[in-house]
Amino acid sequence: MSGMTTGFRALRLPSLTPAQRVMGLFGFWLVLAVCGPFFAPYAPGQIIDTEVFAPLSHRHWLGTDYLGRDLGSRLLYAVRYTVLICTLSTAFSCGCGILLGIATTATPAWMEQVAGRLMDGILSIPSLLCALLVIAAFGDSLLALVLTLGVIYTPGAYRTSRALALRIARMDYITVAVARGEGALFIIWREILPNMRGPLLADVGLRFIYAVLLLSNLSFLGLGVQPPLVDLGSLVRENVLGLVYGSGAVILPTIVIGVLTVGINLVLDGTSRR
Amino acid sequence: MSRAHMISVRNLDIVGHRPDGGTVPIVRDVSLEVREGQMLALIGESGSGKTTIALSLLGHVRPGCAISGGQITVAGHDVTSMTRHELRGFRGRTISYVAQNAGTAFNPALSIAQQVIEPARVHWAMTRQQAERKMIELFRALALPEPETIGARYPYQLSGGQLQRLMAAMALITDPEIVVFDEPTTALDVTTQIEVLAAFRAVLADRGITGVYVTHDLAIVAQIADHAVVLRHGQVRESGTVARILGNPQDEYTRELVAACRIPPRATPCAPMASAREDRVLDLSDVIVGYGNRTAEGLPERRILDHVSLSVPRGSTLGIIGESGCGKSTLARTISGLQPWAAGQVVFRGEALAPAVADRTREQRRRLQIVAQNADLVLNPAWRIGATIERVLTFFHGMKGAEARAEAMRLLDMVRLPHALLERYPAELSGGQKQRVNFARALAARPDLVLCDEITAALDPVVAAAILELMAELQETLGISYIFITHDLHAVRAVCDQVAVLYAGHVVEQCDSQSLTAGAHHPYTRLLVSSVPEMRAGWLADAMALRHAEGAPAAQRRADGGCQFFSRCDMRMPGQCDRGPVPVHTLPDGARIACYRSCADLAFPGGVAPAAPLHSYES
Amino acid sequence: MNARLARLVLRRIGAALCSLLFVVVAIFALTAALPGDVADMLLGQNATPDATQALRHALHLDQPLWLRFMHWCGGMLHGNAGNSLLTGRPVSEMLAPRLYNSLLLAGATTLVAVPLALVLGLACATWRDSVFDRVMTVLTLGIVSVPAFLIATVSVFVFAVQFRVVPALSDIRSIHSVGQFFLTFAMPVATLASITMAQMIRMIRACMIDVFSAPYMEMAVIKGVPPVRIMLHHALPNAIGPVANAIALSLSSLLGGVVVIETIFNYPGLAQLMVDSVMSRDVPIIQACTLLFCMTYLFLTTLADIVALASVPKGRGA
Ligand SMILES: Nc1ncnc2c1ncn2[C@@H]1O[C@H](COP(=O)(O)OP(=O)(O)OP(=O)(O)O)[C@@H](O)[C@H]1O
Ligand code: SF4
Ligand SMILES: [Mg+2]
Repeated sequence: MSGMTTGFRALRLPSLTPAQRVMGLFGFWLVLAVCGPFFAPYAPGQIIDTEVFAPLSHRHWLGTDYLGRDLGSRLLYAVRYTVLICTLSTAFSCGCGILLGIATTATPAWMEQVAGRLMDGILSIPSLLCALLVIAAFGDSLLALVLTLGVIYTPGAYRTSRALALRIARMDYITVAVARGEGALFIIWREILPNMRGPLLADVGLRFIYAVLLLSNLSFLGLGVQPPLVDLGSLVRENVLGLVYGSGAVILPTIVIGVLTVGINLVLDGTSRR
Repeated sequence: MSRAHMISVRNLDIVGHRPDGGTVPIVRDVSLEVREGQMLALIGESGSGKTTIALSLLGHVRPGCAISGGQITVAGHDVTSMTRHELRGFRGRTISYVAQNAGTAFNPALSIAQQVIEPARVHWAMTRQQAERKMIELFRALALPEPETIGARYPYQLSGGQLQRLMAAMALITDPEIVVFDEPTTALDVTTQIEVLAAFRAVLADRGITGVYVTHDLAIVAQIADHAVVLRHGQVRESGTVARILGNPQDEYTRELVAACRIPPRATPCAPMASAREDRVLDLSDVIVGYGNRTAEGLPERRILDHVSLSVPRGSTLGIIGESGCGKSTLARTISGLQPWAAGQVVFRGEALAPAVADRTREQRRRLQIVAQNADLVLNPAWRIGATIERVLTFFHGMKGAEARAEAMRLLDMVRLPHALLERYPAELSGGQKQRVNFARALAARPDLVLCDEITAALDPVVAAAILELMAELQETLGISYIFITHDLHAVRAVCDQVAVLYAGHVVEQCDSQSLTAGAHHPYTRLLVSSVPEMRAGWLADAMALRHAEGAPAAQRRADGGCQFFSRCDMRMPGQCDRGPVPVHTLPDGARIACYRSCADLAFPGGVAPAAPLHSYES
Repeated sequence: MNARLARLVLRRIGAALCSLLFVVVAIFALTAALPGDVADMLLGQNATPDATQALRHALHLDQPLWLRFMHWCGGMLHGNAGNSLLTGRPVSEMLAPRLYNSLLLAGATTLVAVPLALVLGLACATWRDSVFDRVMTVLTLGIVSVPAFLIATVSVFVFAVQFRVVPALSDIRSIHSVGQFFLTFAMPVATLASITMAQMIRMIRACMIDVFSAPYMEMAVIKGVPPVRIMLHHALPNAIGPVANAIALSLSSLLGGVVVIETIFNYPGLAQLMVDSVMSRDVPIIQACTLLFCMTYLFLTTLADIVALASVPKGRGA
C-alpha cells in the first residue's frame, strides 16, 4: 500500500489536508454529475448517426454507441446517474449507520442488542444477493435502487462508527466531560465526533466505492438502472458487443468507472496512511 | 580473568530513518565497558535510547534504525561485522535478553515450556530431556510456584511477576555468558518487584553471569548493579561505579535525577485526622461498589470496593495507596459520580452527594474536580489547549471571549506554562506539559477538592518531581484539598498528610503519612513499605531477610468472610482471621487499622524497621 | 476439545442459526412483499376472476402470511422448495445440475485462489515495502476497486478477442477432452480467482504484518531462532485465526463475483439461474437460490470463527 503513497506523494498538493483532498475529488465528481449533462451536445436517446460503434470524430467526440447515439452525451448522463444514486445511497447508509452507531453507545443495552442483531442479519446476506432479492421484490425504480444500496451498506457504517465511538468514549477526556456534567449532545457533537472525522470520512469514501461497484454490477446484469435512463454499468452492458471491435463505447465507460473508484480509493489510501 | 572486558562498546552511533528520507540520531557516540561477572546499569528517562543500546549488544536493531558507526565487541565477537548466520548462533547462546514487558514478549499461542527450552533446542545445546530438567531447576531457583508443571501453562494463565521470572529462565537456559535485562520490573507492583529482583540476584550471583540492566529506577540500580551509565538524548552523561554515581554525582543531569528520586518528605507537619465533621471536606462511610448480580440484601456479588470509609480533612491531602487492581481508580470514579455505589454514603462539604454525577448540583460538580491518570488520553486531541480550559470557564463561571482568555492565561501562569500554549493542540505538548494543562483545567473550576489518579505514573522522575512540587504549592496558595491516588510511596510521603491503604477493595489502614515507617501498622502496609526499594546498598538483602524470617507459606483463605489479606499475611492466625468481620483499632493519633492482631503485635518488631528516612545511600 | 471450547463453539453456531433465521424471514418477507398478485401476473391476459381464485388457492396465496411462512419453511426442510412459476418444474430439480456446475466453478476457483493468495499475501508481508510488495499493492487495489464485470470483460477482450486463446463463452456441454475442459474453465476461473485473490491478498498481508510486528516475534529473533522456525512455530499459530477470517470474508466476494462471472461467460450455474429468475420474477427459484448462497456464506464465516477460536490456547482453554 505504501507503493501507492510514494507514487502518489509526487502528485500531492502540499497545501491540502487529507480530508480536503477527499472532499475535493468527491466535489469534482458531484459537480460533473450535476452540471455535466447541460454541456451534452445531444439528447441521450437521440440517434444521430447511421454508423454504430463509430470511432472518434469532430462531430461526436467520443464516437457512437450500438444504436448510433452520441457516446459523449450518454456518458455525461451515465456519470450523473451513477454518481447521484451512489451519493444518495451512501448518504442514507452512512447517515443511518453513524447515527445508530453513536446513539447506541449511549442508549440502554437492549437497544444496542436489537440494532446489533439486525445489522448482523443484514450482513449475513452477501451484498449482491441482497440487492437481487430486494430488486426482485420492489422492482428497479431509482428510489428502490437508492434504498437497496443504502440498506446494504448500513451495517458496515454502523459497525465502524460504533467501534470508533466506543473507543473514544473510553478516553479520559470524555470521563472528565461527563464528570463536569456536560450534556449527552455536547459530548457526542463536540467531544466525540471531531475525533471521528478522519476515520469516518475514509469509511464514507469506502462505502461510496462499494455502492458504485454494486450499482455497476447490477446495471451490467440488467437489473440496475433501466433504459431509457443510463448509468455507467448499463452503458457497458448495452455496448458489450462493441468489445469485438475494440469500440470506445464499451471501453470508455469502463475507464470512467475505474477512474472514479480507483481515484477515490487512492486518495483514501493516502489518507489512512498518515 | 581471561577477558578483561566482556562487553566493550566504542563510539556507537545509531540513527533512525524518518519517513521523509532523513535520519535522526537515536544514539550518539556511546562508549561503555563491562568486565566479566559484573552488572552494568543503563540509566535514563524514556526515549533516552536505553533499549536501543541494549538491543544493539545482541546485534539487533529495530526496523527503521541502523547502526551508523562505532564498534561493539561482546565476549570476543565483533557484533557489527557478524553475518546473519553467525548472529543467530550468538543470540540466545552467548548473550540473551529479558524484555521489558513479558506479557507481550511471550508468544500467546505456545506453552511456556515450549518457549523456555527453545533457545537450548535451536542452538543444539542439549537434548530435550536435559533442557526440561534444566528448565525445572531454573524455575525452582527463580522461586516459581509448582516448578514441575508451570511449564505446561500458557502465558495468559500467569501473572506479570511470574512471566517476568519465566522470561529470565528462558534467558538463562543456555547458560549464556551475558544477560541483558530491559526494565524487567517496571510493569510490576512493588511487592512483586522485590521478589523478582531477589530471584534475579540470587541466580545471577550463583552463575557469575555478566549483565546489563536497563532501568530508570535508581533504587534498583543500587541493589543490583556494580557500574552505571547515565544516558540522556542518546548520549552518555556520566559513568562510573554505582556508589559514586548515586553518592556523588558530577553531571548536572545525574544530580537532578538523583534528587528526583530522593523527593524529601514534606517539610510542613501533617494535618491531623480531623475529628469534627465540619473540618472534613469529604467523608465516605461504608461505601460498596461492585458489579454482577445482586445478593439478597440488594448488594452486588462481586465487590470492587467493600465497606470503604475515608475522610479528607479540609485543605489537606489524602493519599490512597495499594497494588494494581485493588480498586484505586474505581474509588476515584465513585467519588466523582462516574461509578455509582450500591450502598453507603458520601458527604462532601456537609452535603450528601448523589451516587450518579447527573443527579449532583452544578455547584457540587464544580467544587469536586478530577485529574486523570494518563495525560495522553485526558485532553481532547481535537481541541486547542485554550478551548479546553475556556470550556470549563464558560461552563461553570459563564466567562466568554476576552475574559475567559485572560483567565486561561492566569491559569497557565499558575501551572507555570507559557501563554503560547493556548493556541497549540495536545499532540504538540510533552507529557509533563499535558499534565500541567490537565491541572489548569481542574483549577479553572475553582474546586475545593481535586482527585488526582496516578498523575505522575507516566512521567519521568524529574518531571514528576516538578509536578508534585506544583501540587504542594497550589495547595498552599489556594487551600485546595487533594485525594492523591498512587502506587509510589515516595510521592505519598512528599505530598500527603494522611494515607489510606487499600487492599482488594478494603481500606486496611488510614494513618499519618510520615509515620508509615514507624509505630503500629497493618501487615499489608508493612509489606508495602518494606517493598519500596531504597537507594541503600544491601537493602534488598535486608528486606528479604526480614521477610523470610517472618514469612509463612501462602495459605488459602477458607471462608468468604474474614481478612482479605489472610493468604499473604505473615502474622495470620488461622481459625480467627479467616472468619467474621475484621475489628478496627483506632490508635491514639487517630490512625485506624483493620486487623485481628492487637496494636502491640502490629508495632514494627524490634527496631528492624528502617528508622532512617526512606532514602539514604551509604555504600 | 473440552467443555470450554465446546461452549464457545456452540454459542457461535447458535449465533449463526440466529442469522439464518433472520435470512429465512427476510427472504420470505421480501418475496412475499412482491408488488401485485403473483396469480394475476402469471395468468396475464387469461386472468378471469375464477382462474385467479383457483390459482391463488393452488399457490396457497389465500392463506394468512404466517401460515404460508410455516408452509414454506416446512417445504424447505423437506427439500421441497416448490415449483418454478415459469416452467412448473420442481425447483430442486432445476437447481441440482446448476448447483453442481456452480460448485465446480467455485471449487476450482478456491483451489486456485486460496493457496496463491496465501503465498502472495505472506510474501508481501515478509518483504514489506519492497518493489514486489508495491506492485502487488497497486495491482490488488486496482482490482478491488473496479467492478467484477470490468475484469471479466477486459480479460475476454484480451484473451478471447485479441489473442483467441480461449473461448469467450463457457459452454460446458461441449467439453469432450481434458484440454477442452481446462480451456473452457480457464477464463471464468481466472477472472473469478483474480477478484477473490485481490481481496484475500490485501487482508492476509494486513494480518501477517500485524503478527510480524508483535513483540514476541522480535523476542524470537533475539533468541536466535532461525527464520523458517520463526515463521512456522511463532507466526503461524497466531496467524491462523485472522487469516481464516480473511479468507472466509473474501470468499463472500467470490459469491458476488460468481453471479457476474456466470452471466458474462454464460456459464450455466446457480447464479445465472438466479439472475434470470429475478428478471422473470420467478419467486420460488429466487428464494431457493438466495437461501443456498446465504447458507454457504454463513457456513464459511462460522467455520472461520471456529477455526480462529480453536487456534488460540485461550479459546481452547488449554
Ligand atoms: N467494568 C468492570 N467489570 C468488572 N470488573 C471490573 C470493571 N472495572 C474494573 N474492574 C475490576 O476492578 C478491580 C479494580 O480496578 P481499578 O481500575 O480500580 O484498579 P486500580 O487499583 O486503579 O489499578 P491500577 O493500579 O492498575 O490502575 C480490578 O480487579 C478490575 O479488574
Ligand atoms: S487480620 Fe489476621 S490475616 Fe488479616 S492482616 Fe491481620 S493478622 Fe493478617
Ligand atoms: Mg488505576
